[in-house]
Amino acid sequence: MTTTEMMTLKTEPFVLNFGPVHPSTHGVYRMRATLDGEVVLDIEPVFGYLHRGIEKLAEERTFSGFVPLTDRLDYISSMSNNLGYCLSVEKLAGIEVPERAEYIRVIMAELQRLVNHAIAVGTFLNDCGAYMTPVVYMLREREKILDLFDMVCGQRLTYNYMRIGGVSQDIPDEFLPALRRLVNQMFFFIEEMERLLKQNEILLARTKGVGILSRETAINCSISGPVARGSGVKWDLRRADPYSIYDRFDFDIPTAEVGDCYDRYRIRIEEMRQSLHIIEQAMKQIPSGPVRADVPHLIRPPVGEAYAHIEAPKGELGFYLVSDNSIAPYRCHVRPTSLINLTALREMVRGWKVADLIVIFGSIDICLGEVDR
Amino acid sequence: MTIPDLVISKLPMQVTPADWPGGYWWHWLFFTVVLIIFVLCMVMGAIYIERRGMGRMQSRLGPNRTGPFGLLQPVADALKVLLKENIVPDAADKLVHWLAPIVAFVPVLLILTVIPFQNGALLADLNIGILFIVAVSSIATVGMFMAGWGSSNKYSLLGAMRNVAAVVSYEIPLVLAVVGVVLCAGSLSMNCIVLSQDIPYILLQPLGFLLFFMAACAEINRSPFDLTEADSEIVAGFHTEYSGMKFAMFYLVEYAEAIAFSAIITTLFLSGWRGPLLPPWLWFLIKTLIVFFAMVWTRTTLPRVRIDQLMALAWKFLFPLALINLFITAIQVLVWPDALPWTMVIINIVLMVVLVLLWSKFFKLGWGRVEV
Amino acid sequence: MTVALSGKEIASQIEEKFPGSVEESGRDSLVVKSDSLLPVAAFLRDTETLKFDYLSYVTAVDYFSYFEVVYQLTSLEHNHSIVIKTRCYGRENPVVPSVIGIWQGADFQEREIYDLMGIKFEGHPNMKRIFLWEGFAGHPLRKDYLS
Repeated sequence: MTTTEMMTLKTEPFVLNFGPVHPSTHGVYRMRATLDGEVVLDIEPVFGYLHRGIEKLAEERTFSGFVPLTDRLDYISSMSNNLGYCLSVEKLAGIEVPERAEYIRVIMAELQRLVNHAIAVGTFLNDCGAYMTPVVYMLREREKILDLFDMVCGQRLTYNYMRIGGVSQDIPDEFLPALRRLVNQMFFFIEEMERLLKQNEILLARTKGVGILSRETAINCSISGPVARGSGVKWDLRRADPYSIYDRFDFDIPTAEVGDCYDRYRIRIEEMRQSLHIIEQAMKQIPSGPVRADVPHLIRPPVGEAYAHIEAPKGELGFYLVSDNSIAPYRCHVRPTSLINLTALREMVRGWKVADLIVIFGSIDICLGEVDR
Repeated sequence: MTIPDLVISKLPMQVTPADWPGGYWWHWLFFTVVLIIFVLCMVMGAIYIERRGMGRMQSRLGPNRTGPFGLLQPVADALKVLLKENIVPDAADKLVHWLAPIVAFVPVLLILTVIPFQNGALLADLNIGILFIVAVSSIATVGMFMAGWGSSNKYSLLGAMRNVAAVVSYEIPLVLAVVGVVLCAGSLSMNCIVLSQDIPYILLQPLGFLLFFMAACAEINRSPFDLTEADSEIVAGFHTEYSGMKFAMFYLVEYAEAIAFSAIITTLFLSGWRGPLLPPWLWFLIKTLIVFFAMVWTRTTLPRVRIDQLMALAWKFLFPLALINLFITAIQVLVWPDALPWTMVIINIVLMVVLVLLWSKFFKLGWGRVEV
Repeated sequence: MTVALSGKEIASQIEEKFPGSVEESGRDSLVVKSDSLLPVAAFLRDTETLKFDYLSYVTAVDYFSYFEVVYQLTSLEHNHSIVIKTRCYGRENPVVPSVIGIWQGADFQEREIYDLMGIKFEGHPNMKRIFLWEGFAGHPLRKDYLS
C-alpha cells in the first residue's frame, strides 16, 4: 500500500433510525437517516404511526358531527382546524355567518396562532439544546391563553368551539377585559424573549445559514406558512385570499430572504406580534348580535364540491368537501400542511450534521396529527 | 523498620504530615472514608441544587414534595435507580459493558485525593498535585468510550465519539490555564498553591480562570457543551443502554466530576480553604458550591453547540488565548517578580477584557466548520 | 382575492394547444384526459399568462364507476387558481401519470392516494404505501372497502 492509501481510512455510511419514540421528533415520527460519521447523506421518512382514518370517518359522520374530529387533526391549534372546516361547509352550503361570530372567530384564530407559535419556538429552542428553559417560559404564557379558552368553551386542548354558521356559544362578559390584560402582557413577554435570544451567539451559530430552503424549491414543493415566507415567498392567505373578515384588519406579513432556520424562528416571533395587533383591532370593532346562524343540525348541502383554505399557524390548511345532498359528506379531504411541508426536508438536511437535522426538523414545525390524520 | 515504613521511606514525596496521630495507615483510612462520604453527600447536594436552582430559574418550583423543601429528592432518585432492573442488551460486549461505569468512576475519586479541605488535610499531599489531576481526569473518557462501544448501539457510539473528540480537544487549554497558575504559585502541589494565594488567583489570572472554567465545562460534558448526552438528539448518548446500578454510577460520575472540578477551581483560583471567621473546610464547601452554581446557571441559560463548533471553539479561540495568557504570565513572573500584586491584578484584568473582545471579533462561532 | 378562473376559459386555451384533451369543462373546474395530463400540466405551469407554479393539493374521489383525481393549481404571481380533474375508469388497476416531475409537492400526496385509494401514479419514483404497512390488503378509502 502506498502512503496515501494507508492514510485514507475506509469508511462506510450507516443507517440510524430516529425512531417513533424520540425526545425530539414532535410526535410519533420516524426517520431513517443514512449517516457518514456525523454528516447526513439522506433521510427516508416513515409515516403512519398516528393514522386514524379521519377522512374515512368523515363519510360516516354528519357534517356537524365531524367538527370534533377536526380538533384532533393538528391538536396544537384546534381552533384553526375548526375554522377551516366550518368555512368549507359554509362555502358549500352558502351559509352566512353573523358579524359577531366572525369577530369571535378571528380572535380565537389569532389567539390560537399565538399558542402555536409559542410552542413551536419553545420546542425549537429545546431542539437547539437550551434544556427546557425556553419551553417553560413559553408554556407559562400559553397557560394564560389556555385560561381564556377555558373561560369560553371549557376546554384547554380540543375545543370543538366553532359550529357551522358561527360559534357554539357567546363569549362571557369577563372575557374581553381578560383579553385586554393578556394582550398588554404578551407584548412585554415577546420583547423579553427577543432580548434574551435574538443576539445569543450560540443560537446564531446553530441556526444562521443552516437548512436553507430556496424560493424555487419552496414554491415547487407546495410549502406554505412561515417556512415558505422564510424563503422569500410573500404569500399569506389572510392577504392573498382573505377569508372571514381579515380584509378589515391592518397587519404586516413578515417575510425573510435567506430561508434558514433563524429566519423561520424570527418570522414566528414577528407573527406573534402581528396576531396581537389583529386581536386589538378586533376587540375594538366587535359588534353585538347573534353568534350563530340558523342552521339545521342535520344540514344537507346541495350537490357539489367546495374547497376553503385558511392560513393556519403552520401553513395553508384546507378542506375539500364533496356533497351529494345527504347528511354526511361524500368525500372530505384535509390538505395536510405538515405533510406537504415535509416534502422539502430531504433537500434541506443533505450535507448537514446530525445536530442540524434535529434543528432543521424542529424549524419546520409539524404536528403528527395533521401528517397522518 | 517495619515493611510499610520501608516502603514509605523510599517514596519520593511527603504524603503524611509528621504529626498525624496513628501514622500512615490511620491517616489513609480516615481520609478514604471522609472522601467517599464527601462524594456521596456532595453529589446529593449537587443534584438538589441543580434541580431546585434550574427550576427556580425556569420560573417553576422544582422538587418540593419529598422531605422538607424537597431535600430528600436525591435520596428518592438514588433509591429508584438502584431498584430498577439491570438490562444488558443481547449484542453488547458483556465485559466492556460491565467495566465501563467502574472505569469512569474511579478517576473521580482519585482526583479528590489531592484536593485540600484544610491546611494539610488531604489524603495525599503529592508535590505534583495538579499534574496528577490532569493525568488522571482523562481516564474517565476511556470509561465513557467503553460504554459507547460496549452497548452496540449507534446512538451510544455517536455520543462516545463526540465525547472523545471534545475531551481531547479541551485538555490543552485546560492544562495551559493551569500552567499559568503554577507559574504564579511556584509549585505543583495543591496545598502550596492555596498557601501562596494571598490574593485569589481569579484576580491575578482572570483570563486563566475563564479558560479553565470553559474547558472544565467541556471536560465534564456540561451545557453548553453537553452534546455527548444531548437529550434532544441522540436520546442519551453513551449511557442510553444502561439502567439500574450502572446508570446510577454514570449519573454519579457526572455530578461527582462537576463537584471535583468545582473543587479544583476553588483550590486553584478562589484560594481554597482560606477565609476569615468560618472554619476552613466550611469555606471550601461554600466556594465549591458557588462554582457549581455557576455551572448550573450556564446550563439553564445557554443552548448547546454543535460538535464542529465545539472543536472550533477549542482550537481557534481557547488555545491561542491560553498560549497568550501563558506568555504574558511568564513575562510578568520573570521580569517583575517583586511588583505590587494589585498593579498586576489591574493590568491582567484589562488585558483579559482587551484580548477576549479582540479575539471574538476575529472568531465568530459560526465560522470555521472543522471536519471531524 | 384569489380569482378562481372559469373552467371554460382555461379549457378553450388548452384545446387550442392540445386538441382533444379536455373531456368536460364547467364553471369551477375542467376535466382532462389522463394521457394528456402531463403536457397540459406543463403548459399550465409554463405559460406566462397562467403561470400556475403552486400546486395546492392533489386528492382523489371515488365515484363508483370512475375515480377522479383533483388538482388545484394556484399562481402566486397572478393570484388566480384553477381546479383540474382527471378520471380513470375501472377499479382493478387504475393508473394516472404522476405530476411529480412538474410540481414536487405531489410526492407524499400521490403516495397517500395510492395507499388509501389504490390509484397508481406512473412515473413516481417511490410508489409505496405511506400510512399503512406493507402487506396491508385493500385500499380503505374506497367506497366498497369492507362495507
